[in-house]
Amino acid sequence: MTWVGQRVARKEDLPLVTGTGTYVPDFNLPGTLEVAFVRSPFAHARITSIDTAEALAAEGVVAIFTGPDIRDKVHALVLDQEAAPPGLETAEPEIHPATIEILADGEVRHVGQAVVAVVADSRYHAEDAVDLVRIEYKELPAALDPEQARLPGAPIVFDNVPNNVQARYRIRVGDAAAALDAAEHRLAMTIRSQRIMAAPMETRGVLASTVGEETTVWSSTQIPWAVRNSIAGAIGVPQRQIRVQIAHMGGGFGQKVNVYPEEVLITYISRVLKCPVRWVEDRVENMIASGHARDQLHHVEAAFDAEGHITAVRDRFVLDSGVACPYPLSSAYNVASHFRSMYRIPNFAIDAECVLTHKMFNLPYRGAGRPEAAFVMDRVINAVAQELSLDPADVIRRNLIPDEEQPYRMRMPYRDGHEVVYDASGFPAAFDRLLELIGYEEHRRTQAQLRAQGVHRGIGLGTYVEGTGVGPFESGQLQVDSQGHVVIYSGCAPHGQGLDTTMSQVVADAFGITPADVVFRAGDTALLPYGVGTFASRSVVTAGAAIIESSNRLLTRIKAIAGEMLEMAPEDLEVGGGRVSVHGVPSRGVSFKEVYRAASPGPGARLPEGMDAGAAESFYWVPPTVTWGFGVVGAVVDVDPETGVVDVKKLVMLHDCGRVINPLIVEGQIEGGLVQGIGATLYEHVVYDESGQPRATTFLDYLLPTSAEVPEIVQEHLEGTPSDRNPLGVKGVGESGPISPPAAIANAIIDALSPLKIQLNELPLSPATVAAAIERAGG
Amino acid sequence: MKPAQFEYHAPTDVGEAVRLLSALGENARLLAGGQSLMPMLNLRLARPEAIVDINRIAALAYHRLEDETLVIGALCRQRDIERDQEVLARCAAIADAVPLIGHIGIRNRGTVVGSLAHADPAAEWPVLAVLLDATLEVESAAGRRSIAAKDFFKGLFATDLRAGELVVEARFPLPPEGAGSAFIEVARRHGDFALGAAAAVVELAADGSVAAARLALGGFDSVPVRATPDPAVVATEVHPVDDVHAPAAYRSKLAETLARRALELAEQRARKADR
Ligand SMILES: Cc1cc2nc3c(=O)[nH]c(=O)nc-3n(C[C@H](O)[C@H](O)[C@H](O)COP(=O)(O)OP(=O)(O)OC[C@H]3O[C@@H](n4cnc5c(N)ncnc54)[C@H](O)[C@@H]3O)c2cc1C
Repeated sequence: MTWVGQRVARKEDLPLVTGTGTYVPDFNLPGTLEVAFVRSPFAHARITSIDTAEALAAEGVVAIFTGPDIRDKVHALVLDQEAAPPGLETAEPEIHPATIEILADGEVRHVGQAVVAVVADSRYHAEDAVDLVRIEYKELPAALDPEQARLPGAPIVFDNVPNNVQARYRIRVGDAAAALDAAEHRLAMTIRSQRIMAAPMETRGVLASTVGEETTVWSSTQIPWAVRNSIAGAIGVPQRQIRVQIAHMGGGFGQKVNVYPEEVLITYISRVLKCPVRWVEDRVENMIASGHARDQLHHVEAAFDAEGHITAVRDRFVLDSGVACPYPLSSAYNVASHFRSMYRIPNFAIDAECVLTHKMFNLPYRGAGRPEAAFVMDRVINAVAQELSLDPADVIRRNLIPDEEQPYRMRMPYRDGHEVVYDASGFPAAFDRLLELIGYEEHRRTQAQLRAQGVHRGIGLGTYVEGTGVGPFESGQLQVDSQGHVVIYSGCAPHGQGLDTTMSQVVADAFGITPADVVFRAGDTALLPYGVGTFASRSVVTAGAAIIESSNRLLTRIKAIAGEMLEMAPEDLEVGGGRVSVHGVPSRGVSFKEVYRAASPGPGARLPEGMDAGAAESFYWVPPTVTWGFGVVGAVVDVDPETGVVDVKKLVMLHDCGRVINPLIVEGQIEGGLVQGIGATLYEHVVYDESGQPRATTFLDYLLPTSAEVPEIVQEHLEGTPSDRNPLGVKGVGESGPISPPAAIANAIIDALSPLKIQLNELPLSPATVAAAIERAGG
Repeated sequence: MKPAQFEYHAPTDVGEAVRLLSALGENARLLAGGQSLMPMLNLRLARPEAIVDINRIAALAYHRLEDETLVIGALCRQRDIERDQEVLARCAAIADAVPLIGHIGIRNRGTVVGSLAHADPAAEWPVLAVLLDATLEVESAAGRRSIAAKDFFKGLFATDLRAGELVVEARFPLPPEGAGSAFIEVARRHGDFALGAAAAVVELAADGSVAAARLALGGFDSVPVRATPDPAVVATEVHPVDDVHAPAAYRSKLAETLARRALELAEQRARKADR
């Protein structure tokens, strides 16, 4: 039996779904102290005094740390993880590293910034003492509008970032300016993807325990190795004294793909106080002091002919970074490399700036630049159709890249420096199948009649491409253990994706065992010298490749050892059922346990001449470049034109993620992603007011879609183009769900009200926003 | 997100509760279903020195029909009403409204009286109370008094209740035989507090014309509003404000739309003898 391709039930569901897993707050280390923070109430202010005397005397309080207390002992994080690689020169990138302070020292730069850490015997006592810390501030003018913040005279967020422009790039393909000048038709639009946040079910949390010189840090993070390196650097200790591990996690979605001040500070405090110290973020903290996302304002122009063929697109956008944009390539450059989606648009120009403001910092959230790009591009396509009174489906089809032109070259670099060349095809067929599945023709026939009955129903369409499996590398190690299990050590950091199950299926096939016989360990810096993590739709591609390559090496190794034991040539042996045996003679063989013993160093070893001891092999896989998935999404909505209320009836998605290892998991990824897309489209908004105060700081005001907001979902996997850029033939799927719903749903609302020719260019599409658009259109 | 320290009391009868409230004065807060108070405690938006938990006062866990009046004790959960088919059949507005309140788990704990006492202007029960001319029966060390719903709601989360007072029951006169009623609202998501809500009762004369109509609105002002039952004028009778979910201008227009729809639906139901 082969396991790849089967709907294997997820190994991780019992602990994750029933809450019996061990999350950071569940660890029960004796003497653990708990931390609560005093956080800035101002967007921008000078700290004139801090008085901790009363707080320090309060019940249960053990210690208090301020910015000045840790000055020279703990360094700010200076994140330059996304410096431009070779190959990106044509984009003329200018990137300043992002500065993230551990505790504010002298100045606060956003509401929610940590100012004082209170350490107590319980979180209750710590919070009581937080109320007793007296801080005086002198408010300063804040930079809040990124368009203004980049102009001379605006308040400066960090002195080392002139004009608050932390990063910029430009791309020129063909000659968009000339094409626009020569165009038969053109349009211009201003399109905004609002600030939202990942809001994982589990907030962040850190527990650090110091014994002797060694600190073990359990953190809810997607990037344990980077966290370890940053902690060691920031507090100035040898890297080997810090071990970072993940525990069970309740999601991340990119919010945990950064190194955070709390991870550094909690480690430092544990080392100072020589005891376990924990901070578990509460929901309000998560909303104001964990990374936000999106927040892009686009000014786009398009040139097109009378049939709707788009000849040029020119875009300029600003990304509101807040106090930092730690991943300018992912958050902002992804926009450029995914902008033209499945379309053949010969002339393209884009100029981007990541502008600092006095708000929480901006991180790549599931989709990372792609949802923003897709929203702009598919709103443009829809507006072209509206302008020409054509059916939007016809305009999309006319612009799709035909199969004959694949692999299509986009004539610009990806963020890894390699040219964007799609390794996919079948765009028109996928699009036609979408129309069939969603009943597009039937809808066109019945729409007017339904409308006469008072039902305003619309179908909207969107497309996307997704570069997946980005480097720089991922690590894997495979080992046969003393009990004969096959053990995977992986550099990924799963937090709900089902990577244990998926990787176990792959390894089960390679070794002829069942997924239950495979042990999976990941996200622990003590397991492997190098690792990266789980984000950017990368783990099955990159960690999967590292694992399959180390599997192959290990298979070769154990056959060689077994050959020695059986006095047979390795070519005459086969592996299966936990044994290595002679082809066709299963009784003549050795078990994995016996191989383990024979591979162990020492007098009992039975190793072929010249082979090192050990039943383990590792591999660092470096992708040639990303591999391209794509998909099409359709939304069916009903709109109440009087109230602006939108009811999403159905979402249909067809997508290509290469070879599907576990359809159950892929479907779950798509479903969850689509639902997050609904949230970004209709509900979610991190609102800051004109003084820089966040206005949505609980789930009462930050509206996530709940199960009641989930419509009928139909999905199909296209497996037409397995990737040839990795050994498993896979493409990433984690981020594909949320990319297209904003465009598809907006376009569906516009279709439902088509006689009014409304425009919806600003998310979220709340009832008030939709009603205002209707009013503007004279409805 | 941990509450500040408080004393905790759990009386088992009304007399004891009232004595405690009287002794503790301004510093005490009653705890019913906790669906509004617990989040406020956890966010430290409320910091009472003492909590008087009424969940052990079994005598307050009731609701009953007394002729044409629905009587709801202080420990009656919203879900108890939702599951009482007889009550729902007697008032369509209640049947419409209750499923719109949060989610089942919230209605399982949240009490009707707690919702009235909490006085969120967008909450459903206060709108129903104003629509149906409910009265609240209140006890304190000083004795008992009745407060008409129209006098009860004083402002945003503010009521006529004084320190030391406990609402023991709320009395909702139901629409008369032959009348129709309706409750409709627009919320961002299922179960959210409404952006706006309208509830109506329409009574027909023997000749089929509208003999009497009542209209109540929620979410458009700092209190639930009893408005003129005429969609054309309601917008002038409310004072909506901007919030993160919608600007005031949207709410003004919504008041008119929802008023019209509620009145129309109530009238249709009256014609079908569906109260
Ligand atoms: C996620 C969520 C969604 C919700 N959505 C809605 C919604 O859509 N619509 C809606 O209407 N409500 C909603 N609610 C609120 C819910 O209905 C509450 O239960 C209700 O507002 C308060 O009832 P309670 O019994 O929980 O009161 P508590 O939370 O226990 O108390 C609320 C207040 O009333 C006071 N109080 C309680 N009982 C008495 C009494 N007998 N006498 C005097 N004072 C008293 C308390 O001291 C407190 O100040 C929601 C709640 C949550 C958590």
